[in-house]
Amino acid sequence: MFKSSLKQTLKDLETKKISIRELNQDYLKRIKENENLNVFIHFSEDNVLKQIDNLEKDNSAKKLKGIPIAIKDLFCTKSMPTTAASKILENFNPTYESFVTQKLLDEGSIFVGKTNLDEFAMGSATNTSFFGNTINPLSKENMPLAPGGSSGGSAAAVAADLCLGATGTDTGGSIRQPASFCGVVGIKPTYGLCSRWGIAAFASSLDQAGIFSHNVEDASILLQSIAGFDQRDSTSAKVDIPNYFENLDDDLNGKTVGIPKEYSIDGTPMEISQIWQDAIKFLEKKGVKIKNISLPHTKYALPTYYIIAPAEASSNLARYDGVKYGFRSDEINSLDEMYENTRAQGFGREVKRRILIGTYVLSAGYYDAYYLKAQKVRKLIADDFNRAFKECDFIVTPTAPSAAFPLNEKQNDPIKMYLNDVFTVPASLAGLPGISIPFGKDKNNLPLGIQILGKHFDEQQVFNAAISLERSYE
Amino acid sequence: MNNLIKGEKHDWEMVIGLEIHAQVKSNSKLFSSSSTKFGSSPNSQVSLVDAAMPGMLPVINKYCVEQAVKTGVGLNAKINNYSVFDRKNYFYADLPQGYQISQYKYPIVGEGKVTIDFKDGTSKDIRIVRLHLEQDAGKSLHDQNPSKTYVDLNRSGVALMEIVSEPDIRTPDEAGMYISKIRSILMYLDTCDGNMQEGSLRADVNISVRKPGDEYGTRCEIKNLNSIKFIKQAINYEAKRQIEILESGGFIEQNTMLFNTSTGKTRPMRNKEEAHDYRYFPDPDLLPLEISKEEIGKIKSSIPELPDELKNKFIETFKLSNYDASVLTAEKQTSDYFNETINSDPELKNHAKIVVNWITSELFSLLNKNNQDLNNSPVSPENLGQLIKLISTNEISGKIAKDVLEDMFSSGKTPRQIVDEKGLQQVTDQDEIAKVIDEVIAENPKMVEQYLAGKDKLLGFFVGQAMKFTKGKANPKMLNDILKQKLNKKN
Repeated sequence: MFKSSLKQTLKDLETKKISIRELNQDYLKRIKENENLNVFIHFSEDNVLKQIDNLEKDNSAKKLKGIPIAIKDLFCTKSMPTTAASKILENFNPTYESFVTQKLLDEGSIFVGKTNLDEFAMGSATNTSFFGNTINPLSKENMPLAPGGSSGGSAAAVAADLCLGATGTDTGGSIRQPASFCGVVGIKPTYGLCSRWGIAAFASSLDQAGIFSHNVEDASILLQSIAGFDQRDSTSAKVDIPNYFENLDDDLNGKTVGIPKEYSIDGTPMEISQIWQDAIKFLEKKGVKIKNISLPHTKYALPTYYIIAPAEASSNLARYDGVKYGFRSDEINSLDEMYENTRAQGFGREVKRRILIGTYVLSAGYYDAYYLKAQKVRKLIADDFNRAFKECDFIVTPTAPSAAFPLNEKQNDPIKMYLNDVFTVPASLAGLPGISIPFGKDKNNLPLGIQILGKHFDEQQVFNAAISLERSYE
Repeated sequence: MNNLIKGEKHDWEMVIGLEIHAQVKSNSKLFSSSSTKFGSSPNSQVSLVDAAMPGMLPVINKYCVEQAVKTGVGLNAKINNYSVFDRKNYFYADLPQGYQISQYKYPIVGEGKVTIDFKDGTSKDIRIVRLHLEQDAGKSLHDQNPSKTYVDLNRSGVALMEIVSEPDIRTPDEAGMYISKIRSILMYLDTCDGNMQEGSLRADVNISVRKPGDEYGTRCEIKNLNSIKFIKQAINYEAKRQIEILESGGFIEQNTMLFNTSTGKTRPMRNKEEAHDYRYFPDPDLLPLEISKEEIGKIKSSIPELPDELKNKFIETFKLSNYDASVLTAEKQTSDYFNETINSDPELKNHAKIVVNWITSELFSLLNKNNQDLNNSPVSPENLGQLIKLISTNEISGKIAKDVLEDMFSSGKTPRQIVDEKGLQQVTDQDEIAKVIDEVIAENPKMVEQYLAGKDKLLGFFVGQAMKFTKGKANPKMLNDILKQKLNKKN
C-alpha cells in the first residue's frame, strides 16, 4: 500500500497536482472501505464535504490547508460530538473547540472524524471503548490484533492511511505504544508543550497531547502546529517553539545516547532486544557515543503510575454525575441513587476499576502510604532522568515489551495489560518528550517500535535522533 | 468577668471557635472570568469552567489572591510565600466538578490575631489559625417544584476566604464581637462587602462545654449561620443541650449540626461516622501559588488604616473616649462619615465630641427610623458639619438644631437654607430676651409669688413660657441668666 506523506501532499497541493477535493475524496473512499476496523466513533461524510466546500472558498494561505486529520475522541470539538469513548458522554456536543484542534483548524486542516480510544483513555488495547474494539489494520485474516491504546483509533487511522496525521493523548504511553503496535510514528511532547484546554481529563499531571503520522518529518510539521502557550491552562509552558521541520538534522556526530540498563527486563522477546541492539549499533556507526546509564527507580515507575493516574482520574471523573450533561440513569429516587445508577451504568469496567483504585489511595489512612509515597517516588524517577541527561543528549529504549497482541488477549488480566506501559511510563512521570518510530519487525512480520526520549522541551533532539534512525531503516 | 453558665449541678464554660466564610470582593470568580454579581437570574453567570464541562481548567484570579493577602495583613497574620490549592472531593448536585478547590495543608495565610474591645474598657485577643482561599458551591433550590431540585450555578466558583479561629471564644457575646470585628476589618480593607443577609459573610461555629479548668470537651459544629443573632442563639441553645446531656450522665457525640432559625434549635445533620472523607490532594491543574516578598510588601503598603489604628488616632487627635472612638470605628462608613464631617470645617475639630454625638445619636436614630443606611444618608457630612457649626456659634440652639436636622433629612436642604427660610436664628439680643421675660413675669404674678416663696422648680415654667414666646429661638443660657436676675430682683 502506497502511503503519501504529509510533506509530499502539501507539495502536490501547492503545485496543483491534486486538489483539496480530490485528495480528500481519496481518503473518504478508504475510510468507507475500512469501516470494519472500527477506527472512528464519529464519521460524517457530509461534515468532511462541508469542510472542503469552505476551504475552496477560502483564498488565504494556510500551512495545513486541506490536509485530512483524524482527531482522538478525547478532544472537544464544536463540529462533531465528543464522547471519550464512554456511554456517559454519548451524544455530548461541546460548544467549544479544544486548544489543539483549534490550532489545526486555524491551519486549514480537515477533520475526517473522531477516533476510537479506550474509555477516557484508560487502557492499552482500545478495547475498553463503549463503542467497541478498534482492529489493528495490520491484523492477519484469521487473527484480529489490538492496535494498542489508548489512542488506538488514531494510530490505526494513520496505519490504514485514512488520514495524513492524527492527534492523540499520552498519559502513560497512549501515543507511543499504539504507534509501535501499528507501525507508525507517534510523539508525546514534553508535559506542558501543548495545552490541555478542551481535552477531557484522565490524569491531569500526566496527560499530554501529541501526534501520529506516517513519518518523522510529518510529525515534526504537525507538532509544530499544535504546540504553544495557552493562558487557559496553568500547566502550559511559556517556551519558544522552534521550527522542528526546518531544523531537522540527521547528523548525530558527537552526540551521546544513553542506554538505560534497567530497560533490559526478563521476558522481553528476543526480537525486541535485537532491534534495540540494531538501533544502538546504527547510532554508533553515525558517530554517536554510546553511554550506559542507570535509571535506578525504573522498577517503581509502573506502581507509581498506577497510583497517581487513578488518584487524579477518580477526582477528574467526578464531574460526570448525571446532573449537568451527558448520560443520566432513568432509575432515580434520590440524589444518591442518581449518582450510583448514572455512574454504574455510564462507566465501563476499567474506568470503574481505576476510580475505585484512585478513591482508595486518596482515602484517609491510606493517603500517606500510597499517594504521598508515589509522589515522592515520582520525584526520584524524575531525578534519575535529570542525572542521566547530564551525561547524554537522548535516550533510546524499546517502546513496548511486545508487538501487537491478539484482540482478546489480556482482556481479563489488568496487571498484564498494565505491563504494556513499562517502557513508556517513566518518561510520562518525568514529563519528558518521547517518540516511537517503527524499527524492524518480529517473527510474524509485525512492526516493533523504538522509543527516543529527550530532555524537557528538547523535542528537536528527539526528532533529529528519530529521523536519523528512520533513514537508517529505510 | 464571669463567663460561666449555671447548670443544674455545676458551673460550665463554653469553648467556641469560628470558621468564617467571607466572600472575596472581586468582579470575577476565583478560577474563571464569570461575574460575581449577586441576585442575577439563575445560571446567567456560569462559564464553561464553572459548569465543569469536560476539558475545562481553572486559572487563578490574581486579584482574589491579593485580596486574601490584604486580609491576612489586616488580621496581623503571617503571609505564606508558598501555598497550594487542593481538591476537596465530595458529591453534591450544586458542586459541578465533584470537588471544591480549596487550600488544605498549605494555606495562603497563617497565624494571626484580632482584638475585641469590651464596654468596660478591657479587651481580648482571639487568635487566628489560618486563612485560606476556596471556591464557593452553587445553590440547590428545593422549593421550586415538589419533586425536583433545581441548581443555580451563579455562585459556583466565587472566591471565599475561610478564616479559622482558635477556640479562644468563651461566650456568645464574644462570638458576636469577634465576627463583628472581622467584618469591620474586611470592610475597611474592602476585601468583602460584609453583607450577611446576602450570605457574603457566614460562619460555622464549633462549640463544646467543660467544667472550668478541665480539658476541652467533645465539640459539635453548627453549620452555615448568617447573622450574629443566629450565631448567639445557636450557641446558647447548643451549650444548654450539651450541658443537659452531660449533667444527666450522657456524653456528647461529635456531630455536625444544623440550626433551625424559626425554632431556634439545633439538630444533628451527620455524625462522625457519616463524616465525609474528602480525599484532599493537590490540584494537578494548578501550580503552587508563590508570592514574592516584594509583592507582599506592595500589597501591604496599599492597605488603608484599620479600625484599631483609627481608633487610637481618634482618641489622640480628638481627645475622644475609648468608647466613643470604638463606636465610630466599628464600621468603616461611620469613621469615613466622621472624618468627612469633621474635616469639612476647621472649626469643628474643637467640637469633636459634639460631632460624635450628632452622628451616633441624632443621625443614627433618624436613619434607623427611616430604615436607611449611613452610606446613602440624605444628610451629607458637609451639611451636618454646617449644622454643628451653627450650634457651636450660637446661631441656633441644640433643640432647634434637631428640628433642622429632621428637615434636612426629608428635604435635602442645607441647614443654612432652612434656618434662613424659617427664621430660626437664635435670639441673642439681651434686650429682646429681657423684654419677653418682663412680659412673662407680668402675666404670671401668682407664679412669681410662689417662686419667691421658695418653689424653685417653677423656674422651668418661666423658661418654658419665655421659649414659647420666642418660638424656641432664645439662647437658653442667656434666657436662664436674665430670668434669674429679674426674678431675684423682685425679692
